[in-house]
Amino acid sequence: MSATEILSITSLHKHYGNSPQPALENVSLSIKAGEIFALLGPNGAGKTTLINIVTGIVTPTSGSIAVGGFDSVRDFRKTRQMIGLVPQELLVEAFETVWDTVRFSRRLFGKAPQDTYLEQILHDLSLWDKRHQPIRYLSGGMKRRLLIAKALAHEPRVLFLDEPSAGVDVELRRSMWDLVKRLRGEGVTIILTTHYLEEAEEMADRIGIINHGKLVMVEDKDSLMQRLGKKQVIFTLSSPLSVLPPALRDFTVELNSQGRQLIFSSDPSSTTKGISRFLQTLQAAQINFDDFESKNSSLEEIFIQLLRSS
Amino acid sequence: MNFHAIWAIYCHEIKRMLRTISQTIVSPVLSTTLYFIVFGAAIGSRISEVEGVPYGAFIVPGLIMSAIMSQSVANASFGIYFPRFTGTIYELLSAPLSSWEIVIGYVGGAATKSLIIASIILLTAFCFVELHILHPWWMLAFLLLSTIAFSLLGFIIGLWADNFEKLQVIPLLVITPLAFLGGSFYSLPMLSPLWQKISLFNPVVYLISGFRWSFYGQADVDLQLSLLVTCLFLLIGMGLVWWIFRTGYKLKN
Ligand SMILES: Nc1ncnc2c1ncn2[C@@H]1O[C@H](COP(=O)(O)OP(=O)(O)OP(=O)(O)O)[C@@H](O)[C@H]1O
Ligand SMILES: [Mg+2]
Repeated sequence: MSATEILSITSLHKHYGNSPQPALENVSLSIKAGEIFALLGPNGAGKTTLINIVTGIVTPTSGSIAVGGFDSVRDFRKTRQMIGLVPQELLVEAFETVWDTVRFSRRLFGKAPQDTYLEQILHDLSLWDKRHQPIRYLSGGMKRRLLIAKALAHEPRVLFLDEPSAGVDVELRRSMWDLVKRLRGEGVTIILTTHYLEEAEEMADRIGIINHGKLVMVEDKDSLMQRLGKKQVIFTLSSPLSVLPPALRDFTVELNSQGRQLIFSSDPSSTTKGISRFLQTLQAAQINFDDFESKNSSLEEIFIQLLRSS
Repeated sequence: MNFHAIWAIYCHEIKRMLRTISQTIVSPVLSTTLYFIVFGAAIGSRISEVEGVPYGAFIVPGLIMSAIMSQSVANASFGIYFPRFTGTIYELLSAPLSSWEIVIGYVGGAATKSLIIASIILLTAFCFVELHILHPWWMLAFLLLSTIAFSLLGFIIGLWADNFEKLQVIPLLVITPLAFLGGSFYSLPMLSPLWQKISLFNPVVYLISGFRWSFYGQADVDLQLSLLVTCLFLLIGMGLVWWIFRTGYKLKN
């Protein structure tokens, strides 16, 4: 274990009894203390399965997990106390009150009651006013926040958020992002899954991509964006072109919008040289443009690209 | 031991009971009263005495034992089935809890509720008939042992069932008939020799006989045998639970 590693997953396999394909295949992953790790992948890729195995809800077919250096089977009490889980589905009891349920969660994880701390969490998640309400009277977004409050009730060091922003409005999503960042500031490690790539782009330090039960890629978000991110410059031409002039054929460039737009793409490895040479060539060929716009490819494009190739 | 968790589960179950406190109290009081009216007053007036005990008083231990059995099974099975049904069991499964801690919490909660109901029935019975309890400690022992045994049984049913029908089927098809034929309303010598023999295969007979002995000192079967069968019930329940958790049966994928 390296000094900063909080979670270590080794050769995890999972085969559900009733399905022909494995849900997870030889997944190994190391999570650093204090980072935000985003797990991306299409529906059915195995994200929830991975989270459920680490949190003890699903038994793996084989493989091992260590949390804070402790084995998750042998020292399950220690490892589980360090982990909090916000499940993907809104699993809440109908009749219990908000306050009772967060107190229940804390004690379930072996911690003595600490009402001032729980009060703080409910304030943070704007649920304090609802504390005496039975849970069934809460809206969907409130239930999602309540699940977060329950997961935080025992002060976990690692927090799993399985699609935290599903069914949550824009404003609430913002405030959830703020909360997640603040928790990271307090030293909590966060592992989240999401289908909103802008969410991963906004928050994650590292990104893992999972497809058909295999971890296809794990990389720093910034280096990933840089490595795979293409820069595009779109020129709006003063007069449309019918064909691409021969002088431009050495570049990665295409004509669009009936010859009114020229789209220049460059690899990050050769960005500046490429674009300045391209501009010179345009000038020499007397191709004038009214406007131009530059674009970095988003995580979404990278994602689709990766899934196609895997 | 995660005592905090056991206590949390226990309180959770007790709170669930308190939410329906009126049903919890009213229904056993009502049904006991009905039994007294039908069996105690209407029919009992013709039977007058069984084995030297007035009929109204004779049926009290059987009524309590039957209530204990059905209530324990119902409460414990529902208690664990419900989180499985709603999915909130994810929290239990991810908590730093051993299986036995879960069992103690749920079975403890269900048993507590049954004991409260047993006391209510006993108090109601005091209003109708003259009751003596010859061996109160034995009574308590039988009560505790069978409450825990049947709560365990209920817990197992709650783990096994995957729909509400299955949850009802064992109480309905097994427990209720065995309880009715377990000698709540008659003593074995009142039956023909053949039916006496058949009755001896009904384990509930031993529970009710032992329990009734603690009231009136009168028993249909040997006291030690009663105690043995009661403990056997408990052991079988614990064994089944142990097996279920060891194999992860129906709790985890
Ligand atoms: N309890 C189960 N029994 C059998 N198969 C299951 C079970 N849970 C999940 N699976 C299967 O395992 C695979 C991975 O599912 P999982 O829920 O982990 O996907 P996911 O990445 O979380 O998808 P989503 O984005 O839709 O939440 C799927 O093929 C799914 O059908
Ligand atoms: Mg999922």
